[in-house]
Amino acid sequence: MAVTLDQTIAQKQHTFLSRMLSSQTFWVVIAVILACLFLSLATDSFATSKNIFNITRNVTFVAIIALGMTFVIITGGIDLSVGSVLCLCSMVLAVTMHAGYGIVTGIGVSIATALIIGAFNGVLIAYLEFPPFVVTLGMLSVARSLAMVASNNTVVFQFGPDHDKLLALGGGAWVFGIANPVLYMILLALLTGFTLRWTKFGRHIFAIGGNEHAATLTGVPVRQIKVAVYMISALSAGLAGIIQTGWLGAVTTNIGTGMELQVIAATVIGGANLAGGVGTALGAVVGAALIEVIRNSLGLLGINAFWQGTFIGGAIILAVLFDRIRNFRRSD
Amino acid sequence: MSVLELANISKHFGAIQAVNDVSFTLQAGEVVGLMGDNGAGKSTLVKMIAGNFRPSHGTMRMDDKELILHKPAEARQHGIEIVHQDLALCNNLTAAANVYLGRELRRGVGPFRILDYAAMYKRAGQLFAELKSETRPRDLVKQMSGGQRQAVAIARTMLSQAKIVLMDEPTAAISVRQVAEVLNLIRHLRDQGIAVVLISHRMPDVFDVADRVIVMRRGRKVADKKIASSSPEEVTGLITGAIEQVA
Repeated sequence: MAVTLDQTIAQKQHTFLSRMLSSQTFWVVIAVILACLFLSLATDSFATSKNIFNITRNVTFVAIIALGMTFVIITGGIDLSVGSVLCLCSMVLAVTMHAGYGIVTGIGVSIATALIIGAFNGVLIAYLEFPPFVVTLGMLSVARSLAMVASNNTVVFQFGPDHDKLLALGGGAWVFGIANPVLYMILLALLTGFTLRWTKFGRHIFAIGGNEHAATLTGVPVRQIKVAVYMISALSAGLAGIIQTGWLGAVTTNIGTGMELQVIAATVIGGANLAGGVGTALGAVVGAALIEVIRNSLGLLGINAFWQGTFIGGAIILAVLFDRIRNFRRSD
Repeated sequence: MSVLELANISKHFGAIQAVNDVSFTLQAGEVVGLMGDNGAGKSTLVKMIAGNFRPSHGTMRMDDKELILHKPAEARQHGIEIVHQDLALCNNLTAAANVYLGRELRRGVGPFRILDYAAMYKRAGQLFAELKSETRPRDLVKQMSGGQRQAVAIARTMLSQAKIVLMDEPTAAISVRQVAEVLNLIRHLRDQGIAVVLISHRMPDVFDVADRVIVMRRGRKVADKKIASSSPEEVTGLITGAIEQVA
């Protein structure tokens, strides 16, 4: 039977199943599930509600920032400043509330700080064409230093009149006993997924990562979008900082140190491509989950904590290796 | 009535005279081959029509109204579309996404508007069918042949009611079979009443598809004649300067 042109054009080459099986995110989800099953059987302490509660909550801070980082990485950029921005925003919140202001003011000032930093990074990168690596590396240093200046490098653990509200916000479990940070993470993941898939903004982010020159030629507002993604990244770090402050009940100037690497690792393990053009919200979350499960399991299995870095680094390299193998097969 | 009329157009960059006193007209449904050696001024001329450069002297008229372009977006609003030499495609997006890049369709109310995937797939599919190209709207451009990629870039020009399509070396880097495909795409544009300007180095392509050939040498127009009354030998002579000029 002859196939007409219209039939060829209407043909879908990929079914839902084939697309799922070829996605890195899917295999990372499988890896997380297998690891959890194995640990439940191999140890008595993994599948306890306390440990699960711990894991899910630990995942959230990295995952929330990884969601913001996903936007940046899809455009082909990188944001190394998120760990320090988290610290600065926590400290701004803490110092403001410690000085007697309410929780709304504290959070407002903290979010404003994040947006200003993101805008600064973004403008330098988009309009003055600085390399993202350099700008955000500089900001990594600047933001942590500002946090030290703001607090005179002290630990802040008293948050003024709204002290209890802040602790409830970050440390409570308002719905079905699920830790609040987990709820925030789920909400933000849904919002990120929606933005990437269903909005013009999301589409343009992918276009910039795929071919920035083409995006410019076809009239995509490349510069404005680049500023926006760095603001989103800083905002996600700020939000994680606010939530973490409420959860920890104290802020020091070394929180979030080295976190940028965990965040970038989570997005890459989840399937984002540092060259740009590829990435998902679910990937960022499951990438963060895999890292945390690895970390947690090493402790439970009684393996020396010094090995953590080796395993997490191995996971990063393995994740990218699968991507390379798929590409080799395609180019054959 | 001509779609586009260029009168005594010149462009200089400092002391360099890139285009010198060029006049010609474009009719609807006509394919014009624009030929010349490197540095003859073809690209500069096309970039003025596409709104990238403003002419130093001379005027452009479209449908008997003076046409002044400050940027490429304005050219697009006037129905002038360009297919860039590198096609300006995003490999990580689908064919439909590339066709609609920068002018995505959305549905919904007020600020709550989401991308209308179904409508974009459907319209892109119709455009590929019109172009008689076996290109699937849902496929990633990354996996496509050179001819299909051309079809995607050309379909983009058909979204709005284009009057003029400028094509910069569309057959320079693709296989022989795909060249035939691209020339067919050009004929389909012509059949819809669109004026096509084809910049090319390839003599057989121009003689295959064009109705008229304009030859430029060192910024000047040295020939503007029907394909039927010219020959590859004559055009080669004009490009190299062996033949000074023909009427």
